[in-house]
Amino acid sequence: MAEAVAVAVESLAGVKARAARTVLGQVVLPGEELLLPEQEDAEGPGGAGERPLRLNPGVRSRVRVVCGPGLRRCGDRLLVTKCGRLRHKEPGGGGGGVYWVDSQQKRYVPVKGDHVIGIVIAKSGDIFKVDVGGSEPASLSYLAFEGATKRNRPNVQVGDLIYGQFVVANKDMEPEMVCIDSCGRANGMGVIGQDGLLFKVTLGLIRKLLAPDCEIIQEVGKLYPLEIVFGMNGRIWVKAKTIQQTLILANILEACEHMTTDQRKQIFSRLAER
Amino acid sequence: MAGEMQIDTPIRAETGAEAGPRGPGCSLRHFACEQNLLSRPDGSASFLQGDTSVLAGVYGPAEVKVSKEIFNKATLEVLLRPKTGLPGVAEKSRERLIRNTCEAVVLGALHPRTSITVVLQVVSDAGSLLACCLNAACMALVDAGVPMRALFCGVTCALDSDGNLVLDPTLKQEKEARAVLTFALDSVERKLLMSTTKGLYSNAELQQCLAAAQAASQHVFHFYRESLQRRYSKS
Repeated sequence: MAEAVAVAVESLAGVKARAARTVLGQVVLPGEELLLPEQEDAEGPGGAGERPLRLNPGVRSRVRVVCGPGLRRCGDRLLVTKCGRLRHKEPGGGGGGVYWVDSQQKRYVPVKGDHVIGIVIAKSGDIFKVDVGGSEPASLSYLAFEGATKRNRPNVQVGDLIYGQFVVANKDMEPEMVCIDSCGRANGMGVIGQDGLLFKVTLGLIRKLLAPDCEIIQEVGKLYPLEIVFGMNGRIWVKAKTIQQTLILANILEACEHMTTDQRKQIFSRLAER
Repeated sequence: MAGEMQIDTPIRAETGAEAGPRGPGCSLRHFACEQNLLSRPDGSASFLQGDTSVLAGVYGPAEVKVSKEIFNKATLEVLLRPKTGLPGVAEKSRERLIRNTCEAVVLGALHPRTSITVVLQVVSDAGSLLACCLNAACMALVDAGVPMRALFCGVTCALDSDGNLVLDPTLKQEKEARAVLTFALDSVERKLLMSTTKGLYSNAELQQCLAAAQAASQHVFHFYRESLQRRYSKS
């Protein structure tokens, strides 16, 4: 019996907190604890016993660290809540930067400031209900379009696709979208035109495609002339000259998720030859 | 998509000296897990333990019926479908056990007024079904990206008439056993989340089974990590 207890204690020690810096880019699992650089020297290996005595230990040089999606704070501890790769962004000026978990989920949760593609599902009075793939439909005021006034209503029908931005999105309130920026300009947002193709991909792929240095988009652009809209909610709308080209583009983008760079280059070169 | 992987986990070799007498069959059967294999649900997983196989799908955080809405947390629902026929009393009871376990680890407060639905389909039952359901549910929840406090796993122990302990019993071993105990354990503190037992056993035997399950859970969590690393290695 005593031996069994010893085994259990050993296993407990096995799940020790790891330093956030050492696991960057690695897969983290829910429940794991991470140590921030400031805590490493205090709680890291070997640091427990021989710590130099500080004059006022209450004041520690604290760096401001922002907790992104997939992480949560519990007192002084940083805990993982989602499975994925741990990422870190260096801060612009001072501080500890941003940590977040890059996961491959399919369900979208509205976030303030995100640009998304929604489908109008209802018109009621002066607001539209827009399905964005979240847990409840977002509301969109008819005045939130460029050039819209009480007299001059925008032409939006049920079933139309809308490219817009969230201005209100939190867990306790109904999400609200707008199709204008802070200056009242459309800036690319609004109703997406007729035809073209809408399809869904995982949220991880969208983030990959929208990264500033994404090669896929540049390569796709060289293939055919196209119009393309990415919604952070995992929806992509694409339109090329012919239906065939549109379908090819949609299939390529969908397949990009599980291809290595070499495989992708091969396919693109094969398509360019035709 | 995570490829299928199998590891044999002989408990005896790892832990060395164990508590109590143990029969020669005292090890977990081999596991296999595949994630994200269904296209429609937000997360899915199939989990194999020996010949027992369960397919799980998770939908959520999704829209919730007004009657089931909870204002400060997510509504968790578990549906267990038997291989044939309609779910009966046994399934309802298992559903409840799985739901209570999931509720202990899912951070429902982060998605109030939404529903998280876990659908479990039994593909084949060859013993330790509840443990396999728990493991499949956990992997599917992780795949769906539902925020969780910790991972969890299920381990079944059987005690035969001589007092021998068998981990992860087959259907035949379960039938011959004097007592069958199933535990759900979390990955952070290895604490008990849920336990359900059938048959006669002493207090000491319960503690012995729990210790064996805790040791076995380490292998299951190790397998989870390998399986998830495999899934994320392709991106």
